[in-house]
Amino acid sequence: MRNKDLSFWLFLAPVLFALGTVVLIPLLYGIYYSFTDWNGVSYTQFLGLDNYVTLLKDEGFRDALWFTVKFSVASVIVINILGLALAMLVTSKIKSRNLLRTVFFMPNLIGGLILGFIWQFIFTKVFDSIGRATGIEWMQGWLSDSATGFWGMVILMSWQMAGYIMVIYIAYLENVPGDLLEAAEIDGANPWQKFRNITFPLVMPAFTVSMFLTLSGAFKIYDQNLSLTNGGPFNSTKMVAMDIVDTAFKFNMMATAQAKAVIFFIIVAIISLTQVYINKKREVEM
Amino acid sequence: MEKKKSRQRLIIEVLGILFGLLWLSPFYLMIVNAFKTKLEIFQNTLKVPTEWTFDNFTQAFEELAFLQTFMNSLLMSVASIVIILFFSAMAAYALSRNGSKLSGAIFFLFVAAMLIPFQSVMIPLVALFGKADALNFYGLIFMYLGFGCSLSIFLYHGALKGISKSLDEAATIDGCNRFQVFWYIILPMLKPISITVAILNIIWIWNDYLLPSLVISGAGTDTIPLKLFLFFGQYTKQWHLALAGLTISIIPVIIAYLFAQKQIIKGVSDGAVK
Repeated sequence: MRNKDLSFWLFLAPVLFALGTVVLIPLLYGIYYSFTDWNGVSYTQFLGLDNYVTLLKDEGFRDALWFTVKFSVASVIVINILGLALAMLVTSKIKSRNLLRTVFFMPNLIGGLILGFIWQFIFTKVFDSIGRATGIEWMQGWLSDSATGFWGMVILMSWQMAGYIMVIYIAYLENVPGDLLEAAEIDGANPWQKFRNITFPLVMPAFTVSMFLTLSGAFKIYDQNLSLTNGGPFNSTKMVAMDIVDTAFKFNMMATAQAKAVIFFIIVAIISLTQVYINKKREVEM
Repeated sequence: MEKKKSRQRLIIEVLGILFGLLWLSPFYLMIVNAFKTKLEIFQNTLKVPTEWTFDNFTQAFEELAFLQTFMNSLLMSVASIVIILFFSAMAAYALSRNGSKLSGAIFFLFVAAMLIPFQSVMIPLVALFGKADALNFYGLIFMYLGFGCSLSIFLYHGALKGISKSLDEAATIDGCNRFQVFWYIILPMLKPISITVAILNIIWIWNDYLLPSLVISGAGTDTIPLKLFLFFGQYTKQWHLALAGLTISIIPVIIAYLFAQKQIIKGVSDGAVK
């Protein structure tokens, strides 16, 4: 199929049209609108960087951004440690390994909205009743302040994504040559030495993949945020994605919301491009 | 040595099972409490109900209009998946059989589009489609094609590299036109990757809340997440009903998972590692 063949363009037409009208044109319009006083329908004047300057002073947005960063870092660490541990558990020789694999992956298939509602019940009702029955204070009053809201989000996100990350680690762990581990064992290596010197270096690529998948996943989170805490109390657990949605569709400040959306795009793009860069670099080295 | 090892294995086995049970406990808590009365949830959240009641389920089922809502979700997901698979495979085929710079640039455009998060295009998207009077069920499916085609084309493109061009040529000599080559020769050979692409897309589209809430909310074609959100807002202090609604909503996913777990886990793994 050459460029001048009609069939080449006919085959591409539907997806090019869809990508163009759904993603590319809105992106370009959005960037343009963020420099105007757009209200969702029309705009009267070009404002230059005014919307962005306003954002610098916008405490709500800064708080949301900072909360999102903290949440993403905590989630990445917890999910990756948990995911690797689960992967090692279900690739060991225990009898229940297949069943456990099924179990650990299950939350990943269920929507963030539903999972958030389930955990809202657990945190506010179950935790509370255990806390009251046993007198353990830290189990009471979950989601009623920023700290428990934060850890609630991390726990929810970890429960949902650890199984997914586990699956990725499994793919790499299964490539670790068994004879290498056996040879090390004959030479007297203990389990920790085997892990440290053989398994860990061989699953390092999985670590990069998983880290960026969780990082961009955590950064873009919305449904879980909506259903678990709805940003509360007092917007203290509101993340960037939710802040953009609220600014646009609750408060109708379209141009401001769009400026936030552009900043969000830049941050997510930087995260993703860093990953592409690291992967390329490693491919060259190998 | 052997004895020590088997004991070690037993300890890992037991710890593994305990951890598995802990992992399942949110589902357990959801289900047992969905069978309780409002009063009993207040007194006891951990134990099984003293008296099992199905009333919560009948009421939740009715208020969610669950059969209708489920069909809406199913129709929307299936239509979106079929369209994404067909058009993405077609485009990936055209791109993979054209070695020109332009073809490479178009492929790069699709890959680059994967970096764009939904929230950064959402507001103009809704404005644009609103102007075109396309904020409806069909508009939603078209949007899923736009958001889903990039990853799908990327995965198909990878698989097509492994299908020899001599097949195309042989079929062309036999009198097939381009589309016939694609439909009769190429598409059947893409079946394994199609399953992966379908699984990756359906997990996301089935559970999606934000896009449908902006596009089809209140139009009578509410999907499960939309309806559930409304239902939950109504019964936020009535956990017995809310939990029954959540349980009902999860059942179809769990059934699908138990039937197709091998393919699902393989599909997710392939999609992430590539």
